Amino acid sequence: MKIVVCVKQVPDSTAKVVVEQGRIIWGDAPLVINPWDEYAMEAALQQREALSGTVTAVTIGDESARETLRRALAMGADDAILISDPGLVNLDTQATAQVLAAVIRKIGAVDMAFFGRQAIDGDAGLVPAQTARLLGWPALTLASVIKVEGGSVHVERGIEEGRQIVTAKLPAVFSMTKDFGEPRYPSFMGIRKASRVEIPAWSLAGVGIAAPVSVITWPEIINPPSREITCEYITGSNPDEIAEALAAKILAEKVL
Amino acid sequence: MNTWVYVDHFKGNALPSSWEAIGVGKSLGQVTALVFGSSVETLATTAFEHGADEVLLAEDASLEDYRAEAFATTLENLASKQMPDLLLFPTTTRGRELAAMAAIDLKTGVMVDVTALEVVGDKVTITRPIYGGKLLTRETCSSKPLIITLRGRAFPKPMQQAGRSGKLTRVAAATGDFPTRVEGYTTSGSGVSLADAGMIVSGGRGVSNNPAFTPPPGLDEKQVEVWRGQQGFVLVRDLASALGAAVGASRAAVDAGYIPYVHQVGQTGKVVSPDVYIAVGISGAIQHLAGMRTSKVIVAINKDPEAPIFRLARFGVVGDLFQIIPALTTALKKKMGK
Ligand SMILES: Cc1cc2nc3c(=O)[nH]c(=O)nc-3n(C[C@H](O)[C@H](O)[C@H](O)COP(=O)(O)OP(=O)(O)OC[C@H]3O[C@@H](n4cnc5c(N)ncnc54)[C@H](O)[C@@H]3O)c2cc1C
Repeated sequence: MKIVVCVKQVPDSTAKVVVEQGRIIWGDAPLVINPWDEYAMEAALQQREALSGTVTAVTIGDESARETLRRALAMGADDAILISDPGLVNLDTQATAQVLAAVIRKIGAVDMAFFGRQAIDGDAGLVPAQTARLLGWPALTLASVIKVEGGSVHVERGIEEGRQIVTAKLPAVFSMTKDFGEPRYPSFMGIRKASRVEIPAWSLAGVGIAAPVSVITWPEIINPPSREITCEYITGSNPDEIAEALAAKILAEKVL
Repeated sequence: MNTWVYVDHFKGNALPSSWEAIGVGKSLGQVTALVFGSSVETLATTAFEHGADEVLLAEDASLEDYRAEAFATTLENLASKQMPDLLLFPTTTRGRELAAMAAIDLKTGVMVDVTALEVVGDKVTITRPIYGGKLLTRETCSSKPLIITLRGRAFPKPMQQAGRSGKLTRVAAATGDFPTRVEGYTTSGSGVSLADAGMIVSGGRGVSNNPAFTPPPGLDEKQVEVWRGQQGFVLVRDLASALGAAVGASRAAVDAGYIPYVHQVGQTGKVVSPDVYIAVGISGAIQHLAGMRTSKVIVAINKDPEAPIFRLARFGVVGDLFQIIPALTTALKKKMGK
C-alpha cells in the first residue's frame, strides 16, 4: 500500500488570532500540524499497520513547514516531502488541489491519499474533494471507518443524518473526521528518528507543473465586530425562582 | 443575475438551508433550482413554493443515493450547456463537496461558508468567517461562474407560498461508470440537525459532576464517570425536548464518552448559530466558542462565576446545574402549557 498524507501547518487552535495593519498575527502561539491532519496521519498509519506499505507526508509551505513534516515523521511516517516555491503564495483551494494532485501523480502508484477534513485557518474543507476530482479518484470524504479488502475499500462517511456506508475502488482520496479515533502521540523513538530523516524540497519545476493560478482573492481580512454584551445574571432565593425568571427570558427570545 | 441553486436533500427531505439559498438567489434575479434524486418531484414543487422560477429535475434510479461523482457529473453536464452566472449551494456536507467538484469541472473557484454577500453590478464580494470565527475575510472571484456555499441560518428563509409554481424541465442524469456504491446508512436518530436548529441545549463536562447520583454496583472508575455523564445528559435532553431544541455537547463531554461525536459543537465539531444556545456546565474554551459564538442569544448555566462562557452570554445563572436545569424544564413546560 502506497499512502500519501497531505498536511498543513497552522497556528495552534488556542492562539489569539487578530488582524493588525492588514496582517494576520497570532502572537507567540506556536505553529502546529493542523489538528484534523493528525486524524489523517492516524488513519494512514493504521492502514500501513494492517496492510504494510509506506506512508509519505506532504506539505506545501516555506522552510518553517518542515516542523510539521517532522511531527508527521515522529508519529510514524516513513518519509516526507516539502513542496516549496516562490510561485506558491496565496493559493486558493483549487490551486492548492492542482499542486497536490500533481505531487501525488509525481510520487506515482499511490493507492490512498489522506487529508484532514479541513484546515483550521482557512476553514474551507474543499481541497480533498477537489484533489480527488482532478485525479479522477473517488472522494471518500468525512470518513470515520475505513476497511480495505482486496482492491476495494469500505468506508463510513459522516453526513447530517448520521453515516453513509459506501464501497469504492482504490486508488481513492479520504478526508478524516474526529470520530475515526484519537491520533497517537509521537514516541520518544519516533521523535529521534524524525530528527534524522532528510526531507527533500520540491519546487514547481521539480513537480513538473507551472505555477497554478488562484482565482479567489481576499482584498480585506478584518477582526469581527466585538459583541457588546453584558451578561444579565438571573438570581433568586431558590432554584425554582431562578428557573421561573430564566424560563420567561428564554421564551421571550424563542422564535415560535 | 441568473442563479442556480442546488437543493440538498436526504431521501427527499430537503435541508432548510437550500430554501435560504433560493431566497438569496431571488434577491439577485432569476432562480433555477437543481433537484437530483429518484422520486423527488415533490421537492421540485416545494422549490417553486420557495421562489424558484425554474427547476431542472434529474430523476433516475442511479441518483437514488447521493454519490459525489454521479451528482457532480450530472451538474457539470447541465452547466456546460447553459452556464449560469452564479451557482449557490447550502454549506452542508453534500453541498460543500459538490461545490468543490463543480469548481474543478467548471474551472473556477469556490467562496465557501459565506455569511454575507454584497453585489454591485456584476461584482460580488462575500464575507465569511475564518480561523474558527476569530477573523472575517472578504473575498472575490475573478472567474465565472461564481460558486458560493451559504452558511445555514445566515440568510432568511423565504416564506413558502402554497400553490406557487414555475417551469419544470426534466434533465438527464449523468451516465457512466461511477464505481462508488452506497451500501446503506446508519442514522443518528436525533431528528434535528444541529446546523439547522433554531435552539440548542448543550452539555459539558460539568454534567457528570453530581455527587448525589449513586452509580449501579460493579462499574469501574471509568465506567462510573461515563454513567454519571450520561445521567447528566438525561437532564440536558429533557430540557431540550421541552423546548423542541437540538442537543449539543462540548468536546470534553464527547471525549469522555457521555454522548456521541455527532453532537459536538466547536472547532473540531459542528458550527452552529441558533437563535438561542443554552450552555450547561460548559466553561467556554476558545475552541468551543468557535462553534457557537454567532448564536443570537447565549444562555450560560455554570457554577463558576469566572467561566469565560459568561463573557459571551446574554443571560447567565451562576449555580448548580443539577438544581437549576430540572427546575427550568418544569418551569418551561408549565409556561408552554405542557
Ligand atoms: C485542537 C483542539 C480542538 C478542540 N475542539 C473543540 C471543539 O470542537 N469543541 C469543544 O467543545 N472543545 C474543543 N476543544 C477542547 C476545549 O479546549 C475544551 O477542553 C473543552 O471545550 C472543555 O469542555 P467543557 O467546557 O465541557 O469542560 P470544562 O472546561 O472542564 O468545563 C466544565 C465546566 O462545568 C462547570 N461545572 C462543573 N460542575 C458544575 C455544576 N454542578 N453546575 C454547573 N456547572 C458546573 C465548571 O465550572 C466548568 O466551567 C478542542 C481542543 C483542542 C486542543
